[in-house]
Amino acid sequence: MTTPSTPPSTPDPHAGHTPLLRVTGVKKYFAVTRGIVFQKKVGNVQAVDGVDLEIYPGETVGLVGETGCGKTTLARVITKLHEPTAGKLELDGEDYTHYSRTRMRPLRRKMQIIFQDPYASLNPRKTVGSIIGDPYRIHKTAPKHQVKAEVQQLMELVGLNPEHYNRYPHEFSGGQRQRIGVARALALTPQLIVCDEPVSALDVSIQAQILNLLGDLQREFRLTYLFIAHDLSVVRHVSNRVVVMYLGKVAEIAPQAELYRNPKHPYTGTLLSAVPIPDPDRAQTKNRIILQGDVPSPIDPPAGCRFHPRCPKAQLPRCRDEIPELREMGAGHLAACHFPLTGPDDLRARTDEIPAAG
Amino acid sequence: MSATTPARGETLLEVRDLRVHFPTVDGLVRAVDGISFEIRRGEVLGVVGESGSGKSVSFLTIMGLITSRQAQITGEVIFKGRDLLKLPVDEMRHIRGKEMSMVFQDPMTSLHPMYRVGAQIAEAVLAHEKVTKKAAAARAVEMLRKVGIAKPEEGARRYPHQFSGGMRQRAMIAMALVLDPDLLIADEPTTALDVTVQAQILDLIDRLKTEFHAAVAIITHDLGVVAEHCDTIHVMYAGKIAEAGRGREMFYSSRHPYTWGLLQSIPRLDAEGSQRLNPIKGLPPSLIFVPPGCAFHPRCPYVMDVCRTVVPTLQTAPGAHPSACHLSDAEKVRIFEEKVLQRS
Repeated sequence: MTTPSTPPSTPDPHAGHTPLLRVTGVKKYFAVTRGIVFQKKVGNVQAVDGVDLEIYPGETVGLVGETGCGKTTLARVITKLHEPTAGKLELDGEDYTHYSRTRMRPLRRKMQIIFQDPYASLNPRKTVGSIIGDPYRIHKTAPKHQVKAEVQQLMELVGLNPEHYNRYPHEFSGGQRQRIGVARALALTPQLIVCDEPVSALDVSIQAQILNLLGDLQREFRLTYLFIAHDLSVVRHVSNRVVVMYLGKVAEIAPQAELYRNPKHPYTGTLLSAVPIPDPDRAQTKNRIILQGDVPSPIDPPAGCRFHPRCPKAQLPRCRDEIPELREMGAGHLAACHFPLTGPDDLRARTDEIPAAG
Repeated sequence: MSATTPARGETLLEVRDLRVHFPTVDGLVRAVDGISFEIRRGEVLGVVGESGSGKSVSFLTIMGLITSRQAQITGEVIFKGRDLLKLPVDEMRHIRGKEMSMVFQDPMTSLHPMYRVGAQIAEAVLAHEKVTKKAAAARAVEMLRKVGIAKPEEGARRYPHQFSGGMRQRAMIAMALVLDPDLLIADEPTTALDVTVQAQILDLIDRLKTEFHAAVAIITHDLGVVAEHCDTIHVMYAGKIAEAGRGREMFYSSRHPYTWGLLQSIPRLDAEGSQRLNPIKGLPPSLIFVPPGCAFHPRCPYVMDVCRTVVPTLQTAPGAHPSACHLSDAEKVRIFEEKVLQRS
């Protein structure tokens, strides 16, 4: 629960580099109140509960987890759309944890966000040209008469027809709207883009187009992404490193290939085994572990390791009483587990013994 | 469960040349444009397609939830020997829910927020069978137990908002199966759910299928789901079936460029390294102005002159499964094996 005195050690490829974004011990609690006139605080939703994270220039960090694990809240805290309850946020060495909205403004040029729902995140009363042009006008990064040319150039870059400058969002399909969101995020040439489920609302063929676009833009502008998604295949495809969250805490952080080949946290293992694979032969040989029950409430999370009530490997006194800290389990591979997985068959051997609940 | 078990049993549902066209102010929306297929007892059919491919509309029409009041419907839907499209409304009402039932995508909006979950399930029983309220309530509790709700007596007394997403979908499945239907239609049953919950729900459908001897149609956009759970797969595009085959055929010898595009568009959890995705270019067509010839031709990398004018029909080459594409069968096999198939 407490902030560790030293941040987790840096993975090899980044040795010597300073992180672009450093998140230390960040918490975000939402108060639960009861009563209409005299609101009484009755508890806290511990949406994010002590997250440490470093993102290095040019990399893509994937953030996965199920509904309610706090991944979107974390994205909103990082971009200061929510105020953190505790912890420290640093961008390029600058501590912006307690910045006011005005002081945040110059930082927003370096850090932008792409939202999940391309239908809700674009103002239906504004034209595309004005949506993408707003960042230029607000931050005054281009003279007024040049904004249109800049916007049209951006539209072309993200694969929109620049002639559609005066159209409204409803005239575009879901995929095209997400391109508008991407163009808006790029307008201020940011260094870090937080992508909050940018492709979850899209059909597979359109999803692939947007993923390719994000990849191309990253290479062209040396962008750094924090890529949030619940789809493990998508995260695997885009990320250099992957962070797995469960109930407000980081369960595991590892380089992409390592995490998918050799997961250490039992939660990561079960999550990976649950993904349906579009290959019937492989699907049959795969160990599928079906977790019982639902994610517990973040208002009253389980004591000790938050995953222990559903964990196939939990050993009772310890996992219930002692909160596991993130520990190094290989180069750049950290997991918060007392009894990490030893191999691919570890989990299966154990789930066979567990009686089905219900 | 396994994709290789042969489908057995007599034909339960046969759809012949079904067309569902919606007249709108902008023109005629050809949502479903001539599809034919059958489902046998004990079979799990997967219908795959993107938004607007007509997969939901075709099954809503089969269920009698889209009627000639909203759309121009032609064709035949033969269910256990009767043409459902010719059946009077009140007779259809006896079939719907009792003999075929549906699980919808969004379990929040398809449960009534102001009634207790148990009462909503019992209502289905009371509507179709002459039983006491008490007996119906007991059936509801029993069904909740079968779908894996931990404390079914307590669960039955709760309201939908007190259930999690996975529990709501279980309640929907309980409601659909309480009358022991012959055909269960699941329209994107897991799209709104997390992977771990999705695995629970699909496992449940697999188990219940055996227990209730029902045929199941799963409508989905997720090729992974159909690969693991379906015997037969239909790929739909612009209101037509592009390709229809057994589960394995669709993944190891697909014969339609649209299916190839889908297979190449999805990032694979089991791939080596991460190659650049190869998405289908362009956008799905408007169903008002469907391109002439093959509806897929403007997006197809293998388009030929004939594709622009002649509508391809579902053809079965010797040793292959039906597909609607003008390419020669040898050509399809060659392109698929060279470009699409990922050998493991």
